[in-house]
Amino acid sequence: MTLKPRSLAVIAMTALLVSGCATKPDPVPEPVADPTPAPIVETQPQQPEVLRPIPQTPMVDPNQPAPGSIADFAYSTGGDARVYFAYNQYTLSPQARDTLRQQADWLKTYRDYTAVVEGHADERGTRQYNIALGARRANSVKSFLVGQGIAPSRLTTVSYGKERPIDGRSNEEGWARNRNGYTNLRAIGRS
Amino acid sequence: MTRILTVLLMLIGLLGAIAVPSSAIAQIEVDITEGNIDPVPIAVPDFLGQDPETRQLGAQIAEVIRSDLESSALFRSLDPASFLETQTDIDYEPTFADWRVIRADALASGRIVRDGPDKVRVEFRLWDVFAGRQLQGIRFSTATENWRRTAHKASDAIFKALTGEEGYFDSRIVFVDQRGPKTDRQKRLAIMDQDGFNPQYLLGGSDLVISPQFDPSSQTITFMSYETLPPQVYILDIETGRRELLGSFPGMTFAPRFSPDGDNLIMSMEQRGNIDIYIMDLLTRSTQRLTTDAGIDVSASFSPDGRRIVFQSDRGGSPQLYTMNADGSSTKRISFGDGRYNQPVWSPRGDKIAFVRQNRGKFAIGVMDPDGSRERILTDDYLVDMPSWSPNGRVILFTKETRGRNSRAELWSVDLTGRNLKRVDTPGQATDPAWSPILD
Repeated sequence: MTLKPRSLAVIAMTALLVSGCATKPDPVPEPVADPTPAPIVETQPQQPEVLRPIPQTPMVDPNQPAPGSIADFAYSTGGDARVYFAYNQYTLSPQARDTLRQQADWLKTYRDYTAVVEGHADERGTRQYNIALGARRANSVKSFLVGQGIAPSRLTTVSYGKERPIDGRSNEEGWARNRNGYTNLRAIGRS
Repeated sequence: MTRILTVLLMLIGLLGAIAVPSSAIAQIEVDITEGNIDPVPIAVPDFLGQDPETRQLGAQIAEVIRSDLESSALFRSLDPASFLETQTDIDYEPTFADWRVIRADALASGRIVRDGPDKVRVEFRLWDVFAGRQLQGIRFSTATENWRRTAHKASDAIFKALTGEEGYFDSRIVFVDQRGPKTDRQKRLAIMDQDGFNPQYLLGGSDLVISPQFDPSSQTITFMSYETLPPQVYILDIETGRRELLGSFPGMTFAPRFSPDGDNLIMSMEQRGNIDIYIMDLLTRSTQRLTTDAGIDVSASFSPDGRRIVFQSDRGGSPQLYTMNADGSSTKRISFGDGRYNQPVWSPRGDKIAFVRQNRGKFAIGVMDPDGSRERILTDDYLVDMPSWSPNGRVILFTKETRGRNSRAELWSVDLTGRNLKRVDTPGQATDPAWSPILD
């Protein structure tokens, strides 16, 4: 967004330079024989002409999903409808709380949705313990959303433990992505 | 005349021995403790047959027996090419000297006798080569198509006669078959013989299934499935294929395991983020809550006498192992080493608890006594999980998964002493092995 005004200014400046160049006469040899040279007139530096702003419709991001769609939910709440957890933790970080506040706002605006809150864990834990850990994460997310005014009946929880990783890498980045709570929307009346 | 009579009486005596397994204690000592490094050399010639078909069957059965015994690492099967004596009738004593020369400690020789259109008798005798006497003579009558199981039963008999412990070869493994890349796994419940033969799927469908476990007293399994929301625990009768949802609980139920008598089931149930252990009476379907703390209580497993339960809990801050009475009373922490302790499983013999220890970025399969003493790590790797005991409490099966995007999941086994670590053949990738009880 900030790029726009700056690039307009650049265009304006370039236009100036180009016009400056155009008015500069080419060095043409003066005819010596001419008895009456034209009087030298000092020209005033030209004032740039200011373009009047053109009335415009607001800029449209071609990637923005239709407002109120499931894709819009992720788009409007930080990107992927997920909040991320530290290793072996199920408490929400300040960033996760921010995301969940946005999720709650969205869910209050668009009421035709329920959500399955999925808890996920990275692979560095035993299968059964991770299912339990994922359940705690899902529940942390649900509790926070309920605290923000979302009806508990709109939210169910499920834990996938480490069974549904979104990142296949076995490194810090991959593990960090796989430790998440995912607010998986369902449109009411559709399966 | 008297000589013929003696031979006849001897024959009758031997046949009698075939009908009734001998309970004689072997002279051969198979050291099954930690110190054992030398497997006992055993000779198993191809079983004799009456015609090409039974001879072929005899060769196949002997091959399965050799491979069973060898897989335990307690035996070394001698190469049939080295045998000096070729027996033509198993009712006569073998020429022991010939077997001593090739350093066989034991000899198992048998025959196949046709017993109807699709039936055979499989008979064999087990000899102590050095003492020069028969340890066992057994006859199995079976449908011909059942020959592999019969071979496994023969292996179990030989194993028991020579080690004094129950065998585990006539058993099966239920597991989760796994296909597809890490971020798009397809999992299906499957079963195969203990040696990897006869694999088959148990359920159709593509629902995520986790952690099957056998009823120690029947051919029924329990497992967790994501077919419903929240996911719940199911039971499945393998013989009839009848599958049953255990109950629609308010929260997710998981990590199920039968009691030793098969009458009860313990599992974890989640409610509002708290995970506790519950016991269900399978007859009345009534449940009782066994733990009430705010921590994660999971992976419960009964002692074989049904009196105690081992489980893992993070009530003290990190996952550790605890035991309690079957009614939830007198809880006691038993793990105190470095790292996090997970997934305890009580040995069917009662003397050990297997577990998964997570420490310094690695996972290890270990065993300890039920009071937490004598902890020993058997094997470790990037990721090992889900230990399952062989029915005789000698071997532990587990899942091993490799690192990275192209991670592979395999089944491995290791024996109680940490030796004989090896991969178990599966049709595809596999996780969550559970060993069946010995088949009837």
